[in-house]
Amino acid sequence: MGQYTPRNLFWNRFKENGLALAGGIVVLVLFVVAVLAPFVSPYNPDDIDRKHILEPPERLHPLGTDDLGRDVLSRMIWGSRISLSVGFVAVGIATIIGMVLGALSGYYGGWSDRFIMRFIDIMLSIPTFFLILAVIAFIGPSIWNIMIVIGLTQWMGVARLVRAEFLTLKEREFVLAAKAVGASDLRIIFRHIMINSMAPVLVSAVLNVAGAVLVESALSFLGIGVQPPTPSWGNILNLGKDNIEIAWWLSVFPGLAILITVLGYNLLGEGIRDSIDPRLRDSVRR
Amino acid sequence: MIMYLAKRFLEMIPTLFGITLISFFIIHLAPGKPTDIFSELNPKITPEARERLEKLYNLDKPIMVQYGLWLKKIVKLDFGDSFSSDRRPVMQRIWDTKKPLIERRLFVTFMINLLSMIVIFLIAIPIGISSATHQLSLYDKITTTVVFVGFAMPSFWLALLLMILFGVYLHWLPISQLKSMNFDSLPLIGQIWDLFKHLLLPIFVSAFGGLAADSRFMRSSMLEVIRQDYVTVARAKGLPEKTVIYRHAFRNALLPIITLTGLSIGGLIGGSVIFENIFGIPGMGQLFYMSVMTRDYPMVMGILTIGAVLTLAGNLMADIGYMLADPRIRAK
Repeated sequence: MGQYTPRNLFWNRFKENGLALAGGIVVLVLFVVAVLAPFVSPYNPDDIDRKHILEPPERLHPLGTDDLGRDVLSRMIWGSRISLSVGFVAVGIATIIGMVLGALSGYYGGWSDRFIMRFIDIMLSIPTFFLILAVIAFIGPSIWNIMIVIGLTQWMGVARLVRAEFLTLKEREFVLAAKAVGASDLRIIFRHIMINSMAPVLVSAVLNVAGAVLVESALSFLGIGVQPPTPSWGNILNLGKDNIEIAWWLSVFPGLAILITVLGYNLLGEGIRDSIDPRLRDSVRR
Repeated sequence: MIMYLAKRFLEMIPTLFGITLISFFIIHLAPGKPTDIFSELNPKITPEARERLEKLYNLDKPIMVQYGLWLKKIVKLDFGDSFSSDRRPVMQRIWDTKKPLIERRLFVTFMINLLSMIVIFLIAIPIGISSATHQLSLYDKITTTVVFVGFAMPSFWLALLLMILFGVYLHWLPISQLKSMNFDSLPLIGQIWDLFKHLLLPIFVSAFGGLAADSRFMRSSMLEVIRQDYVTVARAKGLPEKTVIYRHAFRNALLPIITLTGLSIGGLIGGSVIFENIFGIPGMGQLFYMSVMTRDYPMVMGILTIGAVLTLAGNLMADIGYMLADPRIRAK
């Protein structure tokens, strides 16, 4: 207590920020629910009950039932696993690609920088959602394909961020000192510069999870994402659209879950950003 | 200034080339062939017939050759013929010159995106400015909260909610298609009113995400600008607050918004797949969805390319807007 280590400073600022804490709690709850899905879901999500088709919320089925009589709450609890895993794996892929390309571009400059920056410009000009849709439809909508394709189309922001960090950090004394004692390029890139640019990368990764969750649910909503009977929030919403005239609960609850999840990641990301270093506010924007 | 724009324009050509190259390879290298669909529809198809089909569409040639053939035609704005059963040219399905403007798919999508961009500007900028000038007031806190929640809102969910509320329960608005069955028999005013009713929800939904992003951005940009020395000087000269805000601060605060808008056009176009699908609007997004489902390579490539051209054109427009707003760039 009372020591001004960076970690303590971070915690003190983070604790003060009520919204950030709320975001953290949302993410934590989501994580716990996803892991404990078999224990917390009241029914088996795939159990078909033909006597209780499309029933509105009541005591036995607090969020109603779908067109096959399956319990919506149980399907949403199991669906949280999809959201969580797609978010993390897709962003993991995007972050690694972005870090490597950003480092190459920022550290070496010159020819590789021009090539990578042009590549980023090209990727940013492709209507990404069109491309994701086409590729997933062609290679088949498995959850792994979805994660990989979202990851492969979301790395541009991270790459730009890491490049900018490298451009400023590579001229600093500690890097010049490392060079002077003969450290290899690889060592300087990873042990000296990358380590010091992790804060903004972490923040943008948390914010990107929110984006990946939205893309996955949009794909599943269009019927090109996670395929039934595997439950996902997006494909329950798809049923909601088909039954829009008679079953509002199929549309309202899964969407609310997506909204709260995305909000949670956004609040957490911005909270971490402001707590690590309030000055970052300007450099890490979406 | 003309030189700068010309340079930016020329730079777009290699970018567009790169986009088509990457898209073409990704799409054609994905496992499976469009002829699989034909055989699914007709299980009796013989291997010979399948080969004949592949030959007809040049699918038997190496991919570099296929790309070369595609590129050669595209220079003449010919995207080839669609794989669909009627084999119409891609261009005709996107922009059918025989039909009225409102029934051409590219026009429908372009119109909705343009209108939602206008809506974004007209609403987001005033909200951003007023919440910045009233920083930390109740109004600012409310708009900031609403905007933050709006930012996380999945647009397709918003669409469903609005459809349930205004379509299913209140019966105020139609929930699908671009026009009513009796559209052609209506007088001109009635036709406009009919279109307006059908477009209200789609435009609102497609504008919503941008609305949240732009007003948030406008607020922070404005907050930055009103702390600058030249704003203090303007106030010290005794200029009325309105003049200070709208003549001195506003134009400088607008610059980042212009850049942001240019960059967000790709997302806006991508979003048209979602809302055209929900509202059953016969635009380019809906056509793209159908083409993807039937592995219609020429259609998919055609729409991807047109989407990319629109995105690049948007970026160029942003550059021009930037120049109009900032005389410092014009001078260079």
